[in-house]
Amino acid sequence: MAEAAPAVPQEETIVEPVSEVGAMSQWKLMVLRYRRNTLAMIGLIGLIIGYITVALAPFLGPNDYMRQDSNYVSGPPTPIKFRDQQGNFSLRPYAMAIRTELDPVAYKFRYVKDETTYYPVKFFVKGDPYTLLGFIDGDVHLFGLDAPNRIYPFGADPLGRCMFTRVLTGGQISMTVGLVGVLLSIVFGSVLGTASGYYGGMIDDIMQRIIEIIAAFPTVPLWAALAAALPTTSSTFTALDRYFLITVILSLVNWTGLARQLRAKVMSYSQSDFTMAALAAGASDWRIIFVHMIPNAASHIIVVAALAIPGMILGETSLSFLGLGIMPPLVSWGALLKDAQQVSVVIQQPWLIIPGAAVVITVLLFSFLGDGLRDAVDPYSI
Amino acid sequence: MLNYIIRRIGYLFVTLIFVCIIGFVIIELPPGSYLEFELQRIRLLGGDLSQEQIRSLEIIYGVNDPIYLKFWKWISRFVRGDFGESFEYNLPARDLVFARLPFTVIISVLTLIFAWGISIVVGVYSATHRRTFLDYTIEVLQFIGLSVPSFLLALVVMVFAQRTLGLHVGGLYSDAFVNAPWSWDKFVDLLKHIWMPIVVIGASNTAWLSRVMRTNLLDVLGMQYVQTARSKGLPERRVIWKHAVRNAMHPLVMVLGMSLPQIISGETVVAIVLNLPTTGPLYFRALVQQDMYLAASFLMLLAIVLLIGNLLADILLAWLDPRIRFD
Amino acid sequence: MTDTTNGQPPVLRIRNLKTYFYTDLGISRALNGVNLDVPFGKVMGLVGESGCGKSVTSLSVMRLVPKPGRIVEGQIIFNKGERTPTGYKVTESIDMTDLDPLGPKVRSIRGRYMAMIFQEPMTSLNPSYTVGNQVSETIILHQKVDKEEAMRRAIEIVGRVGLPNPEEIVKRYPHELSGGMRQRAMVALALSCRPTVLFADEPTTALDVTTEAQILDLMRELQAEMGMTIVFITHNLGVVAQMCDTVGIMYLGRIVELADVDSIFYNPKHPYTSALLRSIPHVGSRTKARLAPIRGVVPDPYATIPGCPFHPRCDSFMKGVCDAAVPAETDLGDGHMVRCFLYSDKGEVEDNGK
Repeated sequence: MAEAAPAVPQEETIVEPVSEVGAMSQWKLMVLRYRRNTLAMIGLIGLIIGYITVALAPFLGPNDYMRQDSNYVSGPPTPIKFRDQQGNFSLRPYAMAIRTELDPVAYKFRYVKDETTYYPVKFFVKGDPYTLLGFIDGDVHLFGLDAPNRIYPFGADPLGRCMFTRVLTGGQISMTVGLVGVLLSIVFGSVLGTASGYYGGMIDDIMQRIIEIIAAFPTVPLWAALAAALPTTSSTFTALDRYFLITVILSLVNWTGLARQLRAKVMSYSQSDFTMAALAAGASDWRIIFVHMIPNAASHIIVVAALAIPGMILGETSLSFLGLGIMPPLVSWGALLKDAQQVSVVIQQPWLIIPGAAVVITVLLFSFLGDGLRDAVDPYSI
Repeated sequence: MLNYIIRRIGYLFVTLIFVCIIGFVIIELPPGSYLEFELQRIRLLGGDLSQEQIRSLEIIYGVNDPIYLKFWKWISRFVRGDFGESFEYNLPARDLVFARLPFTVIISVLTLIFAWGISIVVGVYSATHRRTFLDYTIEVLQFIGLSVPSFLLALVVMVFAQRTLGLHVGGLYSDAFVNAPWSWDKFVDLLKHIWMPIVVIGASNTAWLSRVMRTNLLDVLGMQYVQTARSKGLPERRVIWKHAVRNAMHPLVMVLGMSLPQIISGETVVAIVLNLPTTGPLYFRALVQQDMYLAASFLMLLAIVLLIGNLLADILLAWLDPRIRFD
Repeated sequence: MTDTTNGQPPVLRIRNLKTYFYTDLGISRALNGVNLDVPFGKVMGLVGESGCGKSVTSLSVMRLVPKPGRIVEGQIIFNKGERTPTGYKVTESIDMTDLDPLGPKVRSIRGRYMAMIFQEPMTSLNPSYTVGNQVSETIILHQKVDKEEAMRRAIEIVGRVGLPNPEEIVKRYPHELSGGMRQRAMVALALSCRPTVLFADEPTTALDVTTEAQILDLMRELQAEMGMTIVFITHNLGVVAQMCDTVGIMYLGRIVELADVDSIFYNPKHPYTSALLRSIPHVGSRTKARLAPIRGVVPDPYATIPGCPFHPRCDSFMKGVCDAAVPAETDLGDGHMVRCFLYSDKGEVEDNGK
């Protein structure tokens, strides 16, 4: 039997009994699992596109978001067709004109489509001046009509402002509120949660009571009460200050979830061998917490944080909808939805709830992202 | 068991004290005082007060009292049922709060029952039919339910009902019954209206709870004792409902403490859109108007309702899970 | 392999059993062609390192393989029958692989003719129900008696497994019992219908040594008393020596050596068996020899290894032979079977579902 020596070198005959999967590092495996999850990838890519879009809002929107058009108060979305005045198909879209007309019966003005007048939609047209990303001045917009005509793809609000640009601009606030709030929550939550889990005893007891008390309040009413205590906007307290304080309020109520999770993690870590080893080696508490515990909990912090973002976005939306959140001149999706509080208004001007669609899509994308991260980090949690 | 309940009630009182402190802070936070408000009102009516009168009023209202004295005065009145005066309505805050709180409680409890009932059935179905078409459909609906703010859902449902179905929606009664005395017809009319707020408020909670139920049940289905139950030769239906679902219910009862605040939260906001005679519209209006005694009374009573709800949840959990009975 | 033991058909006959798990990361071949005959009234040990397919074998027989696992190929013949004073009379031969894993036929076998004890006494009983409730449930299910009678029988069997004060114990919840008591309760549950075959999946691994010895004694005693067949799954060779009549050594989803317990210990043939034996300490061994751990680790289950799956860790590895084909089963006589090219050059046609 031993005679059957094949003509292959020794190294090649000893096959390492390891498949590709078994050899991967923890992080690589997470990335692999994340990339295999279609919904998670949709969430990630969708959000990247979303952030780029809202960052470029002044350029992508055809009008200035504050510009009031007294001739187009609560005007409907401009109809856009892919045919010209003669009715021939055209690759260049055309905007149908909208006229005001006096309704002889109700004796009220109303908007009617002018089936005979079409304006070509032009790309890279000059329009209202703007500052992009805070430092690029410009007046070229991605699309628009030749002056003096204006295009309103999502219609206009009750002050005659372009809803399309406002939705994009509102996204700048709505899509960052969650991120900033979650960052603050991570700071509160990880400091307090780690301390409570690591030291236990009295500190833990007090922390648990505080969390319990905060949890005893219904969230939105508590947020609202805190937001109501903020001063009204003035020269000393700008809308931007208010925006920042709103995120603080959102995270003040929201850190508890993260703190709880981290507490549990840290408690399990403090029983673990690597902590014992570090203790035996004479490491300080700080060192153990920051070098050994937090990095180990990092993936869990990220997951919990990502899953908390949708709640924050919805919270800001509710607060602003109630008139207690973001104040003019800033706009957010919730603040835009404030115009749509009455059902009768929404029936007349359904385009006013377009910001709501933006909220739903963003929250969905964040949920996909958060769920994907969770599944990638801990596939056994199901 | 009794010990456990007594200890829980003890905790409840400790928490209650802190809730009162937070309530007081919320009253004191905004600039201006009750007295300033009163003065402004009197001036608006065309009158004015002399400096002396203002000073004596300041003493009566204790404007310049130290903070702990203010707190003591407020809390001792609160405990006796005197919640202070609403500036805006010029009525005792208590009357306004108790006129509306029962509706909030009724709608919240009904919503909770609705959300629970649906989520258990849906959760069990999707956990036992993993990776089927219906499971994926349920998952999509859950994602959407969690992503739509409840007030937006309320708007959409109302617009749909009014435009497509031609229904008069909003409120809890038809116009004819709003001021009518209680009668069978009024009750039936109430039932005809109340389902919509329940469904709208319950939607996101149902989505969330059914996901929790699905995850828990999948967890429990992986437990050894489920395998034991199968190895006995029990039919799958019995394995799931007797051995798995009962154990998967604990976390669901535990999140009851989180679910109730969410429902009350949602209810307060949705009430504005749906025009419900509950605490929400009045509460947020009070906040915008800085009518702080009224606002704080609402907030504290909502918190107390929640605390009682959590106590009931704890007792239910103790009944459900033999392991924590004698702790 | 010999067809019968003492002229009797085996209770279980497993042929070329393949159970694969279809996970997101690939196909894990948990069982890769298991052949096994379990004779009546004996204790058959299944031994191997973790991940070699011992547990999956028993789960496959009871049709309890969890998703995403599936029996892909093979036969599991269960010879259902009655105990007679002289032995065992077969009344029906059932191929378990033909049955619907949720259907009534398989359910009438589980709990009644086949029962199972698991490793973790902490989690194998349902925390929400009393011991009595869980034991009597099986009795009601299979023996058509009313609740009171079932509870009476439950108390009887709970007393039989050595739990003190059985009338009280049946009213207790699992968390109120110690680990050893829980495992006794589990034995009571499994034996409540006097099954023909009992699968014991590392039933004492989680227990301390004293309790372990007591439980093993109890099982041996009940086995003799009830005339039961036990398939005893363990990685502990000491337990094997104490409990088993026949032993099957498993490696990566195959049985690599099968023999009576003495042959395994005193005359091991497969290099893996020898390596396993070398890796346990012997009391009173004269030489100051070091314990020899087996080189390397069990490969991860997604890997496909050409040839004999043990060859990368084998001391007797023969280049060009062992990595070329899977060795076929070789009968060395007296029911001693081995899969190794040291004893025969007959290979098996490689067929792993690719």
